[in-house]
Amino acid sequence: MTASALSITTRAAEGSAIASNALRRWESRLRPLLVPAALLTLWEVCARSGLADPRFLPTLEAVAKRGMREFAQGGLAADIAASLERDLLGFAAGGFVGVCLGLSLGFSRPLERALSPLLLAHRQIALFAWVPLISMWFGGGEGGKVAFIALAAFQPALINTWQGIAGIPAAYRELARALAFNGWDFAVVVALPGALPRIFAGVHAALIYSWTSTIGAELLLDIAPGVGGRMNEGQHLFRIDLLFLCVIILGVVGVAFNLVAGVLERRWLSRSQA
Amino acid sequence: MSRPNFVDNSGLSGRADRAARALPRAAARLASAAQGLAAPLVLLAGWDIGARLGWLPEQILPPPTEVLGALRETLQDGSLLSSTLTSLRRVAQGFFAGAVAGLAFGFAIGASPGTRALLTPLFLSLSHVPTLGWIPILILFVGIDESLKILVIGWAAFVPVALNAAQGVRDVPRAYLELGRVLSFSRWSRFQSIVLPSAVPSIFTGLREGLANSWQTLVAVELIASFEGLGYLMAYGRQLFQLELVLAAMIVIAVIGLTIHVLLGLIESHLQRWNPR
Repeated sequence: MTASALSITTRAAEGSAIASNALRRWESRLRPLLVPAALLTLWEVCARSGLADPRFLPTLEAVAKRGMREFAQGGLAADIAASLERDLLGFAAGGFVGVCLGLSLGFSRPLERALSPLLLAHRQIALFAWVPLISMWFGGGEGGKVAFIALAAFQPALINTWQGIAGIPAAYRELARALAFNGWDFAVVVALPGALPRIFAGVHAALIYSWTSTIGAELLLDIAPGVGGRMNEGQHLFRIDLLFLCVIILGVVGVAFNLVAGVLERRWLSRSQA
Repeated sequence: MSRPNFVDNSGLSGRADRAARALPRAAARLASAAQGLAAPLVLLAGWDIGARLGWLPEQILPPPTEVLGALRETLQDGSLLSSTLTSLRRVAQGFFAGAVAGLAFGFAIGASPGTRALLTPLFLSLSHVPTLGWIPILILFVGIDESLKILVIGWAAFVPVALNAAQGVRDVPRAYLELGRVLSFSRWSRFQSIVLPSAVPSIFTGLREGLANSWQTLVAVELIASFEGLGYLMAYGRQLFQLELVLAAMIVIAVIGLTIHVLLGLIESHLQRWNPR
């Protein structure tokens, strides 16, 4: 066999290997879409063929049309903006207070001893059990909604920050003492960087809790502009296409929050560790 | 002669030492318990005095005695007990259904990479919709009867149970599985004696989270759509401006939450007693 023939066969083998690799890569990329695509097809077939009552199962086209119309009129965009605004407002307030209190509890033993039973008791009360009380205290309007969202964000931010500081290894504490660090140096050089991953995890959880409780507040308290308000409307007027659209929006926002939080978390943590 | 004596002595002194050390430790524990109780007691006293002096309007916070009165009254007429039992039954049914389905699904996607690749994206995208967001659609589909509550509470349990079970099954050390293959264990005994024990901590985390989620969701769904249960009792109290009823229900909810928390801790430490960790 000549050298050129050899090179041709290897090249051909390489080529087919590349092709099958590409095929496999495409396959693995498409596979996750397989089941959703099959379900959506089944949905569409059921809705169009009359197998399912179209009042309960709108065609995908109807959902898409509803979405286009809503967005073209600007109504739904304004609702999403209203939901996001109260969500972020409550998240910022509750998360900030939670992290601050968590830090104080982590650094001060007397404060921890004094407040921890109270906070543990508070933790046992299901979040939504606060809704009636909050609606009496802050009203069912914007104030009550934001207060409830803040309460939802407060809990995970507090617990994780607190445990993050409390979980600093004893060896580090001793080292800091041996190096005659004062409290401030210990906090800035040892405790905060050490607890940062946990604090971020708490803030991340607070973001997710806030979004859940935003929808809860909008469904439970006074009807106001917002995605939850539109869901109430869709339920009462039996607009199933609107409801499906809202569920899709809820999921997209949830995924977006998760992605943004994950990216920020990784970036900040890698910078702080560098 | 001297040796047993020496041992005996050290035993004695050790016991005395322990006793001597136990005393201050008990005192310290008492002191820390007192410190821990101080804040709640101060708060309670402030609440009581504030209510008595009329600083706290009844619409904001009724005095503790009235809350106790509401507790006693609803206990006597049986409404508190029946509400509590209704709520507990709903959580038990929903959680059980969701946990069983979640375990099965979690094992399936954890054990088989093919199934995982097929189903995980769909499952994850559905899990990103807040549980409460499904309620309006479900109300149109199934009405506001028990099935609504079971579905919503079940889904709230399903997500964390499935995620953690899948993770636990995925994380079974490969060497263990190979050992099972070498010993030619059957599929079932491989699952039962290798996969399951090694996944227990993770499964338990999922069950714990699932139960907490179920409980949270129960309160929400009862507030939104129900005519009995603790959530309904609260909504009812709120509508009549009977805040003491709302607070009484909150106390029951907190006590049940605490009980669940303690029970789960006990079961977990029992299940993991073989684990040296």
